[in-house]
Amino acid sequence: MSTVITERHTTPDPESDGHRTVGDYTLAEPRITCRHVNVFYGDKQALFDINLDIGQREVIALIGPSGCGKSTFLRCLNRMNDIIEGCRVEGDIRLDDQDIYAKEMDPVLLRARVGMVFQKPNPFPKSIYDNVAYGPRIHGLAGNRTELDEIVETSLKRAGLWKEVKDRLDHPATGLSGGQQQRLCIARTIAVNPEVVLMDEPCSALDPIATATIEQLIDELRSRYTIVIVTHSMQQAARVSQRTAYFHMGRLIEVGKTTEIFTNPRHPLTEDYITGRFG
Amino acid sequence: MQPQTLFWILLALAVYGYYLGRKRALTVSGGNIRRLHSLPDYYGYYVALWCALPALAILSLWLLLDDKIILQWVLAELPPTYRNLPPDRLSLTVNVIENLLAGERQASTVDPALAEAAEHYRQLKHLGYQALTVLVLAGATAALTWAQRRITPGLRARNRVEAVIRIALIASSVLAILTTIGIVLSVLFEALRFFEMVSPLEFFFGLHWSPQIAIRADQVGASGSFGFIPLLTGTLLITAIAMAVAAPLGLLSAIYLSEFAKRRTRAIVKPLLEVLAGVPTVVYGFFAALVVAPWLRDLGARLGLSISSESALAAGLVMGIMIIPFVSSLTDDALTAVPRSLREGAYGLGATQAETITGVLLPAALPGIVSGLLLAVSRAIGETMIVVMAAGMAAKLTLNPLESVTTITVQIVALLVGDQEFDSPKTLAAFALGLTLFVITLLLNLVALHVIRKYREQYE
Repeated sequence: MSTVITERHTTPDPESDGHRTVGDYTLAEPRITCRHVNVFYGDKQALFDINLDIGQREVIALIGPSGCGKSTFLRCLNRMNDIIEGCRVEGDIRLDDQDIYAKEMDPVLLRARVGMVFQKPNPFPKSIYDNVAYGPRIHGLAGNRTELDEIVETSLKRAGLWKEVKDRLDHPATGLSGGQQQRLCIARTIAVNPEVVLMDEPCSALDPIATATIEQLIDELRSRYTIVIVTHSMQQAARVSQRTAYFHMGRLIEVGKTTEIFTNPRHPLTEDYITGRFG
Repeated sequence: MQPQTLFWILLALAVYGYYLGRKRALTVSGGNIRRLHSLPDYYGYYVALWCALPALAILSLWLLLDDKIILQWVLAELPPTYRNLPPDRLSLTVNVIENLLAGERQASTVDPALAEAAEHYRQLKHLGYQALTVLVLAGATAALTWAQRRITPGLRARNRVEAVIRIALIASSVLAILTTIGIVLSVLFEALRFFEMVSPLEFFFGLHWSPQIAIRADQVGASGSFGFIPLLTGTLLITAIAMAVAAPLGLLSAIYLSEFAKRRTRAIVKPLLEVLAGVPTVVYGFFAALVVAPWLRDLGARLGLSISSESALAAGLVMGIMIIPFVSSLTDDALTAVPRSLREGAYGLGATQAETITGVLLPAALPGIVSGLLLAVSRAIGETMIVVMAAGMAAKLTLNPLESVTTITVQIVALLVGDQEFDSPKTLAAFALGLTLFVITLLLNLVALHVIRKYREQYE
């Protein structure tokens, strides 16, 4: 994993049992609380004892080198890992104090509350309108066509796409550019009116201009939704998030205010990563 | 030398040419192969191709033509009594000579002139082989030397060799196309002969099929009507029954396999399902005739229905089973090929598995599904054995699946089995039917291609 270990690698080995996350992972009014989360793919353990709170209306960035488990952790929050064969999640994850892995929790309803935007824009092979209307339709959010039209319009407006597509809502969504497709996917996600939006490297397939648009959008969305964003770009994490969590080899190394993490990392691994010594 | 030996020698020469060319290239490069335009191997292939291809062309041309030329030669020297025979009698004479050559007749049993002709033929052929040997070997050696001399560091050997390979590739595809054209033309011309005797109007719109032609004027039961509509309805009826079985079963099993089955279940079930396509159709045929049809008849008897012991239903049901793999396998492939990201996108919005399948996966996989269905239809329309054995031969104009019907393919078989005259409309009707069948399946394929293309443009 971490191919380059620098000479400053004097910290307790993350594999050792005595590991503890640096920084305060708790919040006074958490939206999501995660305690002692372990994830296994078959026999291989991908996450080790993760503890993290995610607050109301904040953007929290998950950073770390490839394969560190940040995407795996993200996918635990809406039980997306359920559809991966051989994946097992242990521990306690609560959304508004409800155990999301409890038997009586329906993953379908959970995912309506915790929406997700993926790394690669993945619009359905349908029209722009039908893409946004898909979620409201399956969840019965609109009573009639007018209401549905309204939801589609609001969602597209919030995603900053309305002006570009309002005259061609019946065109195939796959004809949009990459950045537009990703904003469409965001519109599609917020059309279901989720409480939390998970974003898995939403800009990694986009050019800098489209990235800037999405980052601005994330900042606007913060007023309504809790956003958890996985990103490879530290500048992006610094620009859009209020808190940052640094993952390394399946462990949560450090968590704290973004400004503090980037100006004054306390853990040597974090410092190595954000100063670009490896990753 | 026999042409076969010659061929092997030529091949050996080409291999030798390869080494020679390679060596020569290394020599002219002065040990530094970066000075060469192409890798040394290409110079080897270059020489080998020059050595082998022209010689092979001569060889095959000779083998194609020598029998005919020598035969003309020999016939020209026959006594005038033979030479002036009409063509059909002359061909008998040629037969005698050929039999003599093959050793099937003794020289003592025929006219000495013919025996002499056969002997002459044999001599000429032998002489021809000698000439061929000299020509081919000399040509190959000369070409080899010439090509080898031409090698310089600047020779674009790779481009030359690649050009030859490209021509070979084009030739292969042209061959396939020409074969198709040949088949179509042969069927077309026979069909045109048929339509000279029977009007197309009667054939395409006639409601009665009874292709018996009176050989004698007083023969009984020789109506000779060629209305193809009963055959078409029979074909469509059986195809419809088959698709009514195969489409839902195939689609649902494909959905199960790609979306619900565990990987191990899938690894076992999918090949098993595909075995269905590998069972010889004749086996399906007797399964239909000996198991399904009697069972249906008995079932019908108990329910108070009269089901003929050869019924469209029996044939259609079994044919439906047979074509399940076409539907299921292609649908399964199409569903599996839907990107994982689409699946996750739907699940991420809180779609249930059923909503994901019906709302996202099936529409995305539609081109593959349609092509699978149409392939299955083509297969059902063209299927013969099951229908021959289970649906009967009676050309009834009916849409009742409980009666026996017949199909286009079955009638083609029936028309061409046994001793036939090739100028009677009865025989030629087979070609007209074949042509019609060909056009129907061709149209289906075009529709399938169109559907695939249309949706592919829209979705990717």
